[in-house]
Amino acid sequence: MNRVSSAGRSTAGNPAEAATAKFCGHCGEPSDGGDGPTSGVHLRCGEQLTLEPPRYCAACRRRMKVQVTPLGWSAECSRHGGLAP
Amino acid sequence: MMIQTDVPTSDEISTATSAGTTYEILEIAREQVLEDGIGLTQSQLEEVLRLPDAALPAALQLAHEVRLKHCGEDVEVEGIISIKTGGCPEDCHFCSQSGLFDSPVRGVWLDIPELVKAAKETAATGATEFCIVAAVRGPDIKLMNQIKFAIDRINEAVDINIACSLGMLTQRQVDQLAEWGVHRYNHNLETARSYFPEVVTTHSYEERLETCTMVKSAGMELCCGALIGMGETLEQRAELAAQLAALEPHEVPLNFLNPRPGTPLENQGIMDGKDALRAIAAFRLAMPRTVLRYAGGRELTLGDLGTREGLMGGINAVIVGNYLTTLGRPATADLNLLVELNMPIKELQKTL
Ligand code: SF4
Ligand SMILES: [Zn+2]
Ligand SMILES: [Zn+2]
Repeated sequence: MNRVSSAGRSTAGNPAEAATAKFCGHCGEPSDGGDGPTSGVHLRCGEQLTLEPPRYCAACRRRMKVQVTPLGWSAECSRHGGLAP
Repeated sequence: MMIQTDVPTSDEISTATSAGTTYEILEIAREQVLEDGIGLTQSQLEEVLRLPDAALPAALQLAHEVRLKHCGEDVEVEGIISIKTGGCPEDCHFCSQSGLFDSPVRGVWLDIPELVKAAKETAATGATEFCIVAAVRGPDIKLMNQIKFAIDRINEAVDINIACSLGMLTQRQVDQLAEWGVHRYNHNLETARSYFPEVVTTHSYEERLETCTMVKSAGMELCCGALIGMGETLEQRAELAAQLAALEPHEVPLNFLNPRPGTPLENQGIMDGKDALRAIAAFRLAMPRTVLRYAGGRELTLGDLGTREGLMGGINAVIVGNYLTTLGRPATADLNLLVELNMPIKELQKTL
């Protein structure tokens, strides 16, 4: 899910590993496998994910708590833990 | 600095500029705004917004000259952060933080250590302004207490001017913020008075103006912004620029709509980049002395080339890095661009 590169933040443990990504982080709809939104349906979602943090947990599609700061962001699923750039 | 070296080299534009066509409204603006420092009127602004694409380089060039003459070459850099995200009771139709829409943005409070860390990171970019924002109709006691605490902790840790954006204020809250050393307060008009009821129904334009007026009378700098590309007409865009100019804000952040999923404006198309540049020139010609800041949506509407053109066309301030719920260009991209354009970052003048 590390589509957004941003200086100064290390990658937090990402529980929603690629292989288990069941949902699109942007729109929350079922993903089509692989490590993220690649099909036509999620093509724009992939672009959007360079412009904003994911809002949905890729493992369970719960809405995550997302905090954006000037130089970084973090997203947290109550069940599956945190995500950062 | 007065020569625009980065005019796009497309045939269309270069022939248009080399043809030496003059545009009457720009001739008038050169006298009235550049020489005399008097902003254009609403009907004059309409003419600027209707200029053909071929006139755009000349309009931006003039806006740039106005900015250099009346503001100087410094660029003011600011970072913004959300202390309370989401769950807002208002219904601003563009906003992903309204609790009234089916938006994926969840309510979150930022803790103070994180806030202080972000202030330090922001200052390290060279930014002189750090704006703390809350998605609320107006502050309650809990939020005011948090803000007071945050201001004290930030002041202990780092040298940076603190601004706030906490919605509509009471007179007492205005006085408190001024007393705590908040030097600038953000409260946007967002759109023209005539379009406002189509964008917001939970409060009125007049209520917005009241907060703006109180902020100014209390001696805080007023930051009062615009959000364009929401389906308003060109006339309404000119109306907005004129209404902002009448308020004489210290700063005007200029946002371009980024249509947010789940909001009533989610299907609004992204504004045309040339229209956005015309608006930048028009806003500068409406307000020769105001800090005109690039805010949200420029990544989508203008891209890299447009960002540069705007900075050479009247913009003299940027929000660096990310926004409240969305990501901006990497801070380094903007900072490097300022170096390349030979525009110094404004230094901190802390008024205590
Ligand atoms: S008041 Fe502010 S946070 Fe609330 S809906 Fe309007 S723009 Fe969004
Ligand atoms: Zn998707
Ligand atoms: Zn989850």
